[in-house]
Amino acid sequence: MNKILLIIQREYFSRVKKKSFIWMTILVPTLFIGMYALAGYLIAKGDEMGEIQNVLVIDENGSFKASLKNTPVIKFSYSDKSYTEERKAYFESENYDYILRIPSSLKEVQILGEKKPSAMLAGTIEGQINELLKNKKLRDAGIDPKILADAEKGIDIEAKQITANGDKDAGTSAASILGLVTALLVYMSLFIYGTQVMRGVIEEKTSRIIEVVISSVKPFQLMLGKIIGVGLVGLTQFALWIVISAVLTGGITTMMAGDKMKEIAKTEQVSAAKAYNTNPEVAAMQEEAPEDTLSKISKQFESVSIPLIVFSFLFYFLFGYFLYSAVFAAVGSAVDNETETQQFMLPITLPLVFTLILSMSYIINSPDSPLAVWLSIIPFTSPIAMMIRIPFGVPAWQLILSMVLMVGGFLFTTWVAARIYRVGILMYGKKASYKELAKWFFYKE
Amino acid sequence: MSIKSIWYFHGMLSIRHIVKQYAGQRALDDVSIEIEKGQIFGLLGPNGAGKTSLIRIINQITGPDSGEIFFNGEKLNQSHIERIGYLPEERGLYKKMEIGEQIIYLARLKGMSKEQALKKAREWFIKLGIESWWNKKIEELSKGMAQKAQFVSTVMHDPELIILDEPFSGFDPVNVEVIKNEILELNQKGATIIFSTHRMESVEELCDSIALIHKSKKILDGRVRDIKKVYRNNTFLLEYEGGKISVDTMAPFEVVKETDHGDGHNMKLKLKDNVTANDAIHYITSRTQITGFRELIPSMNEIFIEQVNKIS
Repeated sequence: MNKILLIIQREYFSRVKKKSFIWMTILVPTLFIGMYALAGYLIAKGDEMGEIQNVLVIDENGSFKASLKNTPVIKFSYSDKSYTEERKAYFESENYDYILRIPSSLKEVQILGEKKPSAMLAGTIEGQINELLKNKKLRDAGIDPKILADAEKGIDIEAKQITANGDKDAGTSAASILGLVTALLVYMSLFIYGTQVMRGVIEEKTSRIIEVVISSVKPFQLMLGKIIGVGLVGLTQFALWIVISAVLTGGITTMMAGDKMKEIAKTEQVSAAKAYNTNPEVAAMQEEAPEDTLSKISKQFESVSIPLIVFSFLFYFLFGYFLYSAVFAAVGSAVDNETETQQFMLPITLPLVFTLILSMSYIINSPDSPLAVWLSIIPFTSPIAMMIRIPFGVPAWQLILSMVLMVGGFLFTTWVAARIYRVGILMYGKKASYKELAKWFFYKE
Repeated sequence: MSIKSIWYFHGMLSIRHIVKQYAGQRALDDVSIEIEKGQIFGLLGPNGAGKTSLIRIINQITGPDSGEIFFNGEKLNQSHIERIGYLPEERGLYKKMEIGEQIIYLARLKGMSKEQALKKAREWFIKLGIESWWNKKIEELSKGMAQKAQFVSTVMHDPELIILDEPFSGFDPVNVEVIKNEILELNQKGATIIFSTHRMESVEELCDSIALIHKSKKILDGRVRDIKKVYRNNTFLLEYEGGKISVDTMAPFEVVKETDHGDGHNMKLKLKDNVTANDAIHYITSRTQITGFRELIPSMNEIFIEQVNKIS
């Protein structure tokens, strides 16, 4: 036992001290959060930074006078002069960038300018004109604008779960997000740390230190020590990622918490809502909508049991990792270098990739279908499938069965892997085939 | 009988009827060897004879299919691992780990405490003049340097039994002497040494006893002195100055081979029955000036070849 601890220590510290570990630990959250911050900043700031386009409206039809709404980047002005006159004046005047010509027939509405108008500009104007036309036609037909506004209102279905303690919010957006994120994390970490175990085994084999080490400890102790050591490296990296992300997010939020940013964010929401709804009443009603959705999602998050998710994440990460890394270790022991591992990688990665693809398309939409249930119970696929399902609520018996099978699967796989490993690490220059591996499995001590 | 002689009586390592079979191939076939405490023992034989298989069984890296091994009178078990030092034929250390740290790690795997290991490692590094390598990584060292470090890791924990597989391969001649002397010193301090090699001439003058392994079978074992006694064939080498002497039928020996090397002659001769070397020298001194006279003892290589021919 003492010796396993020593091995764990070496495996752990030799990795944690590596420059690549330190860089990965710092860079991953920095890049991710940096990217999000930058994207958020650009979106918030984008309109402001964009040049304001002045559009001169020549309304030959006459029904659009002063009814096109300015946006942060588009300013409308109106002219009573004829198109030909304005066209002549266009190059002399610096006051506007485009001319919007609305002919009386409303056919062939044109936007003209020195530069090509952006799709956004054209789209916004198009939307506004269509909206105005639609409203006008409906009003002309004698429909009350209030009814119009009412008709615009979208209906959201609120999902509620009936429990003994009253109805619980059961919206699925938060569950989907949580499920996907945690499943993806498990998927990635199985690969990242599993291959680290495999590389470690190959390194020991190719550097030939293996024989020295296993003249002091049992091959199984070495394998287990390596697996646990690398697993702890994984947990450390996760913990550091979370801490660094929290610190960075905190820092960025304070940085952006200046009044100015808040203001921008607010006007941004409002104007975005307004841009497509020229009818003031409709716009006013929709202004509240984004806040509503946000609070709904955050309420959903509250209804999901975070401790359960954290616990299952740790459980499925650890045992999934143990199970797969044992297989990775066996593969590492069977080959002389990393390129030879390819023939064995496909069957290992197949269940994982298969489950992930199914997770994103199928399980997430029908988390209680028989296929989803089975995938979340079978040990090789359950770490991913179950993480997807948990936020939606999983019957206790399924969770327990899945976890028991997971532990059982881990023990069985480790046993099989260890039998291959102990022979493989001493085999050199022998091209390992599946038949060969099976033979090794049946070797006596 | 002193305590030492009781151990001596039991033997350090008693290998009894070991059989090891690898898929379709017998690596060891009923091999029995006795190694006494304090001996330098040579496990000799060509590549692929089964030496490494036997060593791996002694180190409990693999187990035998049948047969038993006794270590100091006890059935070999995990507790003996810490009392054995093993230098495998394929040398290797962690490439990216600092040497000092690595040697301490390996010593701790053999059951030493951190403090003990640190103290001992420093002693060895100073002794071999390699203190300055402490913080170097193996990948920064030459092959010979890495071998020295590996030797230290083999003997760090003061093992009672030191097993060296092809001990001198990879060392330059100067370092071979350094390592040889260290091994002899450890032996004088009481360690039992097993040399395993296919280069029999490199260890035969060091060994007290040997076993010859050929095609997974032990074909000969015993004390070197006794074996040589059996295999000596009364052949001597005579060196003398001056002209070639004529040997008549009265001579107590037969000439096997004569060579002229300019300044004098060499003669390989075989004594007739019931005569001694003295008789031969007496016969020669009256005829020429002797510059050298010694018995030609067959080398282990020659004995090995003779033995192989005998059994096949």
